[in-house]
Amino acid sequence: MSLQLERVGRKFAGKAAVQDVSFRAEPGEIIGLLGTSGCGKSTLLRAISGLDTEYDGVIEINDEKVDGIQKTTGFMFQEPRLLPWLNVLDNVTFGLEGNREEKQNKAGRYLQSVGLAGSEKLYPKQLSGGMAQRVAIARALATSPEILLLDEPFSALDAFTKMQLQDLLLEVWRSFQSTMVLVTHDVDEAAYLCDRIIVLRGQPGKVEREITISEPRPRERGSSEQAAYKAEILASLDLTTETA
Amino acid sequence: MAKNQSEVSGVFTARGKRKPLAAKLKNPFTHPFLLGSIFPLLLVVVWEALSRLEVFPAYQLPAPSVILGTIVGMAEDGTLWGHVGITSYRVFMGFLLGTAAAVVLGSLVGFYKHAEALFDPLIQAFRSIPSLAWVPLFILWMGIGEPSKIAMIAVGVFFPVYLNIVSGIGGVDRKLIEVGKMYGLNTFQLVRRIILPASLPSFLVGLRSGLGLGWMFVVAAELMGASQGLGYLLVVGQNTLAPETIIASIVLFAVIGKLSDWILKILEIRTLHWQDRAAKS
Ligand SMILES: Nc1ncnc2c1ncn2[C@@H]1O[C@H](COP(=O)(O)OP(=O)(O)OP(=O)(O)O)[C@@H](O)[C@H]1O
Ligand SMILES: [Mg+2]
Repeated sequence: MSLQLERVGRKFAGKAAVQDVSFRAEPGEIIGLLGTSGCGKSTLLRAISGLDTEYDGVIEINDEKVDGIQKTTGFMFQEPRLLPWLNVLDNVTFGLEGNREEKQNKAGRYLQSVGLAGSEKLYPKQLSGGMAQRVAIARALATSPEILLLDEPFSALDAFTKMQLQDLLLEVWRSFQSTMVLVTHDVDEAAYLCDRIIVLRGQPGKVEREITISEPRPRERGSSEQAAYKAEILASLDLTTETA
Repeated sequence: MAKNQSEVSGVFTARGKRKPLAAKLKNPFTHPFLLGSIFPLLLVVVWEALSRLEVFPAYQLPAPSVILGTIVGMAEDGTLWGHVGITSYRVFMGFLLGTAAAVVLGSLVGFYKHAEALFDPLIQAFRSIPSLAWVPLFILWMGIGEPSKIAMIAVGVFFPVYLNIVSGIGGVDRKLIEVGKMYGLNTFQLVRRIILPASLPSFLVGLRSGLGLGWMFVVAAELMGASQGLGYLLVVGQNTLAPETIIASIVLFAVIGKLSDWILKILEIRTLHWQDRAAKS
């Protein structure tokens, strides 16, 4: 599914948090959103998800203006937001449809993919921050959404687990061709995963630059091409350079 | 397109089973039950001793053994079960009625803005009336029999349950509701799958304080006029100058009151095991 934002902005109590954001994601494209804390990345995702309808501008999915929540959109929030009264397995099956056994099998597969096989019966209070985040990843991926919004999905994970889960995300992407919008603070992650990176900047946040990463997948971490892209992204984030 | 069930092979492999936890060793002397019985036991022993030494006059404060004897005597001649039974029955019925009314009104007011505007001011106004003030009116309307007593108790139970339901529903984390919305749940599903479980802790708090008030109100209702029940025993004890009957009744109230609270407490532990609460040291 394609996704298009036209001059999208959001004001809170008259004060703009983010302004004039326009971009288009073709079906199956992975778009990265980068920017300093508080520049409106989560706010943009909430607008795209349909949870927030108070934004200005137009958001189109498959070239049709949307208003409200779409069942085909999945959202992984910045916090895990697990339901504390459900165990890990039931949290992952929460949004699934079908009969019980099917749902549990599917959830079990995703839990195994995020390295949580054997933790199905634990309750959220028994999980570490990184475990909770991995459950949230499994929950978001299990519904195989056509548009997937990810708000710093790997922020609480160690470098090694993070790499494994980035590859899992690409695997899901290969199987389902989901269109993704990924918020991240991690430059390596952005260069490794994204087709295009949109750098936001300022308060209120505005689009500072768009960087296209044309390197074909599978990409190699630590290659010279990746290093060049990372340097470019870092330069665009550098707050000391004056911009017109 | 993407809604099929195709497999995503894991990047992880299943890890080994977790080891069973070693059985916890506990100091038997710090068991809460033992700790909790130290003071009551001490009190009873001192009281018995002082009574035997005739420090307390028996016509005012009889010894624990005399009170126990009174209870055993009532159990033997069979009157005990009637008193305990009818009082428990009244509390139970009043509790059911009050809770049912609170669930219906509390959910309406909690879920719908308009229902809140419509009902809440009136309910709050009624709340500021001391509930015992209703007693004469209820007796006038329903006579001295069971209905007026059960209505009294229901009024007492209603308010704490109602208030806790309303605040429980109002306090459900917006972030969790958003999770449900993202999965396309409709209002009914949101209520059943998110709002109800999230407000359950508050509901149970309401139930427990409602039950406490139920026991308080049954005393008031039975003091007003009854021919059977623990409250009636209080009146009998007063009229026949028998403090052992009064204290026996008080002890019985304590025992069955605690028992009923314990049942709710078990229910609470069973249903709220997922709550992340701080443990005391
Ligand atoms: N509900 C709200 N009410 C008022 N202001 C808000 C609200 N949500 C966000 N804001 C403001 O909007 C701005 C952008 O917030 P947002 O959460 O989108 O930042 P972010 O880019 O996701 O930051 P971070 O990287 O720290 O997650 C902030 O200045 C914040 O104070
Ligand atoms: Mg954010």
